[in-house]
This record gives sequence, C-alpha cells and structure tokens, in this order.
Amino acid sequence: MSLKVLVGCKRVIDYAVKIRVRPDKLGVVTDGIKHSMNPFDEIAIEEAVRLKEKNIVKEVIAVSCGPTQAQETIRTALAMGADRGIHVEVPAKEMEKLEPLHVSKILAKLAEKEQAELVIVGKQAIDDDTNATAQMTAGILNWPQATFASKIEKKDDFLEVIREIDGGLETIKVKLPAVVSADLRLNEPRYATLPNIMKAKKKKIEKMKPADLGVDTTPHFEVIEVTDPPAREAGIKVEDVDTLLLKLKEVGRI
Amino acid sequence: MQVASCRWLGATCVRNLARVSSGSVFHCSDGSRCYAHTSPVTNFPKCELTSKRYPVTRGQFSQITGDDINFFVNLLGSHRTITDAAELEGPNTDWLGIVRGSSATLLKPKTTEEVSAILSYCNKRKLAVCPQGGNTGLVGGSVPVFDEIIISTALMNEVESVDTLSGVVTCQSGCVLEALDNHVSQFGLMVPLDLGSKGSCHIGGNVSTNAGGLRLLRYGNLHGSVLGVEAVLASGEIVNCLSVMKKDNTGYDLKHLFIGSEGALGLITKVAINCPSRPQAVNLAFFGLQTFEDVLSIYKDVKSKLGEILSSCEFIDASSLECVEKNLKLKSPISAHPFYMLIETSGSNSTHDEEKLNTFMEEALESGKVTDGTIATEPSRMQNLWNIRERISESLVIEGYVHKYDISLPLPHFYKMVEDMRQHLGTAVIRCCGYGHIGDGNLHLNITSKEFDQELMSRIEPTIFEWTAKVNGSISAEHGIGFKKRNFIHYSKSHSAIALMRQLKSLMDPNGILNPYKVLPDNK
Repeated sequence: MSLKVLVGCKRVIDYAVKIRVRPDKLGVVTDGIKHSMNPFDEIAIEEAVRLKEKNIVKEVIAVSCGPTQAQETIRTALAMGADRGIHVEVPAKEMEKLEPLHVSKILAKLAEKEQAELVIVGKQAIDDDTNATAQMTAGILNWPQATFASKIEKKDDFLEVIREIDGGLETIKVKLPAVVSADLRLNEPRYATLPNIMKAKKKKIEKMKPADLGVDTTPHFEVIEVTDPPAREAGIKVEDVDTLLLKLKEVGRI
Repeated sequence: MQVASCRWLGATCVRNLARVSSGSVFHCSDGSRCYAHTSPVTNFPKCELTSKRYPVTRGQFSQITGDDINFFVNLLGSHRTITDAAELEGPNTDWLGIVRGSSATLLKPKTTEEVSAILSYCNKRKLAVCPQGGNTGLVGGSVPVFDEIIISTALMNEVESVDTLSGVVTCQSGCVLEALDNHVSQFGLMVPLDLGSKGSCHIGGNVSTNAGGLRLLRYGNLHGSVLGVEAVLASGEIVNCLSVMKKDNTGYDLKHLFIGSEGALGLITKVAINCPSRPQAVNLAFFGLQTFEDVLSIYKDVKSKLGEILSSCEFIDASSLECVEKNLKLKSPISAHPFYMLIETSGSNSTHDEEKLNTFMEEALESGKVTDGTIATEPSRMQNLWNIRERISESLVIEGYVHKYDISLPLPHFYKMVEDMRQHLGTAVIRCCGYGHIGDGNLHLNITSKEFDQELMSRIEPTIFEWTAKVNGSISAEHGIGFKKRNFIHYSKSHSAIALMRQLKSLMDPNGILNPYKVLPDNK
C-alpha cells in the first residue's frame, strides 16, 4: 500500500491523423498537427490508476518528456486519475532527436529520486515504434523487467505478470522494484470525465530539464532520410483459376 | 469481407466492407495508421419479398425480354449488364432488410449519355427502373418493389473539377460521400454533409433524398448547398442545370425538383456542391443528463454560448446507448444516464474554441444540468465518441426487425413521443428508443422486434403518424418517403400539394417508369 508508481506518457501524433513527410526528408510534419497520448501509454496510466483503486498503489506520477504541449498529455493523465505530473522540458527541435536511451536515463533518475518501486510504460510509442524504453530503464536501474504485460497481479512482495509472447502467453514473477511495459490487452483505458478534468486542473505538474537530472541528451544517431512507405501498386484481374495459379507461380508465391 | 492486418496490434481486424457504416472501418493499408480494440461483423437478416409482405400491385409495365438484355449488353457490355441472381441479391435488398425486390437486371452506366440511352429505351418499351446509389436508404426507396431494372450509379464516380477559389466541387452522382470528402480535403474544403453511412452512400443518392445528417445544423440542407444538378428525364432527355454559381435567378430553379424527389422525376447524373472551408479546430463534448428538460435547456445554452462555432448538437437516450454497448460492444465514455448529448464545435482557432467549450462545460456542470461528461480534442477519441452515435442504426438491426421512424417535432414534444410509444407498445417490442438531431428537431424513433409482425405494425402505424400530425410535425424529416411511407404522406402534405406533385410526375415521367411505387401514394 506504500507503492509509488512512475508512468511514462509520450505525446505523439494522433493515430487518426495522416502522417506527412517533411520536405527536407529528415522527419515528419508536426506543426499544427493534432497530437495525443501514445495509446500504449494510456494503457499504462490506466493500469496504474486501477492499481491505485485497488489500494495496491499509493501514488501515481505521470512523466512526459517534450515541449510545452507535453503538459497537455500530462493533464490528460491527471484527468484519468494520476496524482501529480513531472514535465521534463525538451524543446520541440531537440525532441525529434531524443532517443529511447535518453528517456530511459531520465526515467531511471526520476525513479530513484522519487523512490518509486514500479515503473510502467507503454510497450512502444506509435511514432518511432522502437520498443526499447522499458527494457533500457530496467537495465539502467538493474531492476527486473516484465514486458508486453497483458495482466498484472500483486502477490506478497512480487508481481505476477502475464506476458504476450510469440505463439502464446507467458506467466512470470518479478520482484519489486520492477519495470513493466503495457501491451494492448492489458486493459481498456477510461475516458477522462468532466469532474475529473476539472480536478486535474488543480493537480501539480513539476517542471525540470534533463540537465537537472544529470542526463546528457546528445544524440547518438543521425537521421539520414525519412521516406513515405511505397505506394501500393494496382492489382490485376485474371480470367479463371488456372490463370490465377499461373500468375501466382510467376511471382513465386506458390 | 476483407481482412486487413494492423501494424501495431499484431492481430487482424476483420471488416465487412459491404454493410458496415464507416465508423468501424479502420485505416489499415498502405502505411496509414490503425489502432482499435474490436470490430464486430454484423449479420443481416434475409427478408420476405416486398410484393408478398405488403399489399401492392404491379403497374402496367412490360416484362424484360431477351431482346431487352441484348440491347443493354450492346450498349454497356456484358460485364456492366448483370443478370446473375446471386449478384442481384444485394441490390434487391435494402440495408435494413425490410424490403426485397425481385429484379433480374442490374445496369452499371458510366456516363450521362449511357443513362440517357437506357432511359430512352426503357421509356419506349415501358420498362420500369429503379435508380440506386449506395443502397443505404432507410425507407425502401432504393430497391425495386417488383422486377424494376436497377440502374446503379456505382461506376459514375468521377470528380470533374474542384474550384479552389469558390469551393465548388462538380462530380458524377456515384461518388461515395466519404471519398468525395477526402478528395476535397486536399484543397482545404469539406462536403457540407456528414452521415453515418458516408462510407457507402453516393452523393447522387444524398441529393435525390435531400439527406440531412449530423451537420445540417451548421451548414443547412442540400437545397442550399447544391448549386447545380444534371439529371436525365424518363424520356432520356438530359436536363442540364449544372450551374456552379452561388446566385442564379434565371427563371424556375429546376434543380430543386430533383433534390429530394427520390429519383421519381429524373435520374441525377452530376451535381455541383458548394463546399465550405474545412475547419482547422474541431472539439467534441459528450454529456450525460438526468432529464429531458435539462437536454432542452443545454441546447438553448449551447446556441447562445457556442453559437458561432457550433457544428453539431446530437441527442441519444439511455436505451439507444445500451443497444450500441450490448450489440456492438462499444464502450460508453461516462456512467449510465437517462440522456446523453454530443456537442461538436468547428472553428479556426483551437485554443479559442477549447477555452470556450471548457468554460461552457464548467458552467453546465456547476448548474447541475449536466452531471457527467467528457471532452475530446484528438481525432482518434472524437471518432470513438462519434461511433457511439453513428452506429446506433447498425446496432438496432442486430436485434431483428427495426421499425424505423424519422420525424420532425417541435422540441417540447420531442421526447414525449418516445415515452408515449413505449407505453403504448409495452412488452410487445424488444426496444423503443429515440436519438437524433436535436438541433434540427429531428427525432429518430426506433422500435425493434424479433421479427416482422403485421399486428405489431398495425399498432404502430398510423398511430405514430397521427401523433406527429397532431403536433404539426413531419412524418419524414430526412429519410424521405420511399416505399414505406408513401401512403402516409397526407399526414404532412395537403391534398392540393399531393395533387400538384402528381401533375409534376405525369409531366416529367408520363409512363411512370422512374422509381414506381415510391413517394406518391397509391391511387385509390
């Protein structure tokens, strides 16, 4: 009942928005584009709030790294039920060069600073799709990790986590403190309701910079080119099954 | 049915392309994004033939012969002259599964000239025809009653031009509404019409039925937005009223005859539509309310406080919401309430609009009129909230037979009608629910029963129409008259008006071949 949870929530381009590559081919257009919380992080927040409702967790802290607008993402987390927020300010220009390793270092530092015993993040962000932050955070902290969680249960001093793995499910035990990454089936996130949106306005968001945590955000990667996926080619119609088989053989599918 | 794989899910989502409203269609292919939990696939009932279920007699039309088919094959080719019974099953049945024709011929013209040649031939031969767009009509207007030849606009889907200065789009009548909207969105424009069936319905069908939809409140109805129409008369004569001018007072404004006349005066082949600028900032609020008085009061507040950015004001009752939750497994964003409202704003400055909506929401909550709710500013969340409203129709069909009524009522009587009908029908029905465009005084009253039941039907009709006429409402607000309501038109139209309609019909279609048994009442 004394558990403190740190939850990562990234601000990403909303999944219903069509993505456009920038003319300089070094990134995608983000100006004036609708953003929202990474859907998997929403699941992470939801899980933390549910653990709190079950009296397993005492405090839920939502963390987001990003420009000023990342506070809107934190505000959404607060309206869903997180207790307070931490905004790690990274200017928009630097944000696209911020790597999972940087975020992992930030989360690890914050987990130590806040004396959190559990870190929950989405399994991946839908913009860069790296799926690395949870694993590296666990590595830096030297904590056990339970990735792709579809069910979390607290038992004595450990968590029993069901993981989504290739071809089935795996049940593991992890000792606390631990890092968990949320998969799609873990839960269905709630909508923030009006009374909670109002309450969230009064909740505290602490601001800091990566440097305040002693984290150096010098990039390790250089983006060479960003391109659109190839356009789908038009299909062809065939007269009968025999021609179909012939064509499939020609392209080496059968 | 198409199976598309979704990038992030590692699972597949199944979609029934033919008969599911666009709300459930995910953008899965070609690197576009997709994220959703589940998509139910709906099974639709097969219904009895209209000619058997309803008292209706076939008109004095010719029967289609081998020579006729030869003529059509010569004109269109065999791939656009469909006579295969299995392929005709869909076009013969309406979306709700309440009427089914027995047409043996489906024609798919591509040009106005081909439509003209078909109609001119049919007129000479006295062959009845049924024009069909996306076949999403709800009053049995889009399917044949007997063996009328179906003329589908499916292949007439070219966009001719978009004038980016005036915002006028000119296109063929078979453009799917959503595709047309996507097309004009490249130019920062939008089609001023949005409805649940946008992924299937054709713009020509929308114009022929004067479809209303979710944003009529803001953009007005199609009599205002449609600037020009090109239509083919029964004789095959092409009437070009395809003006792209916003003002044109040269004589009788004939295009209005084709808007809302349900293909009975002419077949619309092209339209010119005035498209407003696409809003840059859209926000959506979902409210839960305790009484219908609160709903009306909030509607009044919405108009005065959000007036200039308001783009939609919708109403859902508890039973309708329960139906979507139960049959489509959609999740309500808030706790259970007797009434719900969806309020959408569209503007050019998101900070300004959000602030306005937030203030409105706080005041509404403090006044106690709204007891719960949520706000969405992200397109994905807005789409999820809209799904709840847009997919009610689909969820009702799953329960069996749907008695569907689309009524305009003065607001004080708006929900009383649902309550009265619910009491009147008691346990004889599964559900009696109401939702709709409260901002337009348009109620969608739906009654579901396990299957079609003549006795139940006679308890509903004409009571429901009498009730509507008594309070000076309209028995069809936006769905039209079609086949289902033709004999009740007198509840909303005077005898002299109906007589003039008949005169117009016989002038423009002397042999009565265009969409017979629809709109006008039977001769008695």
